[in-house]
Amino acid sequence: MSWSALILLAVGSYALKAVGPMLLGDRILGPTPTRLLGLAAVPLLAALIVVQTFTDGQALTVDARLAALAVAAVCVWRRAPFLVTVLAAAITAAALRAAF
Amino acid sequence: MRPHLPTALGIGVATGVYGGSFGVLAVGAGLSVAQACVMSLIVFTGGSQFAAIGVIGAGGSPAAAVGSALLLGVRNAAYGLSMAPLLPAARGRRALASHLVIDESTAMARAQDDPEQARAAFYATGVAIFVLWNLGTLVGAVAGGSLDPEQYGLDAMFPAAFLALLAPQLRQPGAPTVALVGALIAVVLVPLTPAGLPVFAAILALLVVVRAR
Repeated sequence: MSWSALILLAVGSYALKAVGPMLLGDRILGPTPTRLLGLAAVPLLAALIVVQTFTDGQALTVDARLAALAVAAVCVWRRAPFLVTVLAAAITAAALRAAF
Repeated sequence: MRPHLPTALGIGVATGVYGGSFGVLAVGAGLSVAQACVMSLIVFTGGSQFAAIGVIGAGGSPAAAVGSALLLGVRNAAYGLSMAPLLPAARGRRALASHLVIDESTAMARAQDDPEQARAAFYATGVAIFVLWNLGTLVGAVAGGSLDPEQYGLDAMFPAAFLALLAPQLRQPGAPTVALVGALIAVVLVPLTPAGLPVFAAILALLVVVRAR
């Protein structure tokens, strides 16, 4: 990743965090923009999950990451802390790869 | 501030370990140690950082990496709006405090009943995470060169972390449908488009809620 891409990402990320506090102040947005802003991360997170579980380059594949995701899903469902969830996933994948 | 310190430190320590895995994976994706550390300092929003290095690591273009990461960061704009009344009035301090607007600090602030407590929880969580996330990144990035991410299952941490971020967001009306459509768009596009684009295109799933109105 180039430094210029990194700086661009930093500037954009900060702008997103600061746009409310710095520009809009305490004004309230309408219900539809508020709802869409709140939902914006949902399809991206879902896409990231499937892409990083089922792909190898441009190929779709099933491997130890699926079992790891299943374990993570149980952790999330049982309201396990964030760290427990990601570590359980890592341990599951590592153990499966060591075993087979 | 004091009643929030134990929780804030707990979240901070967890984030530190997670930051360590970010450091390892960032170096594995081809970033230098300096780039990994600077990213954690000035981008400072874990989801976007993982998204960016995920795309880079998969061979995607920098544009796709930055684009996906920024789209994922749009939720911080929603958080910024809800945190605005809690932040200091002075411009300089307000600008600085804006950098701490992330998932965890916002969630901790929202969990409080009165504004004073909410403000304290926001700062305690934000500062603890800032310090430990950056320390974690440094340690992970330095150690990263000697680790095989797949052997330790570190690559499996990505989807698990994104799932943990997604779960609380699914309570919003329409969110489960948007999530399913987004995942579907991505899966269909993976074999057809360059890396990074499937995630970027998943934002189109929002049209489902817009049209349903």
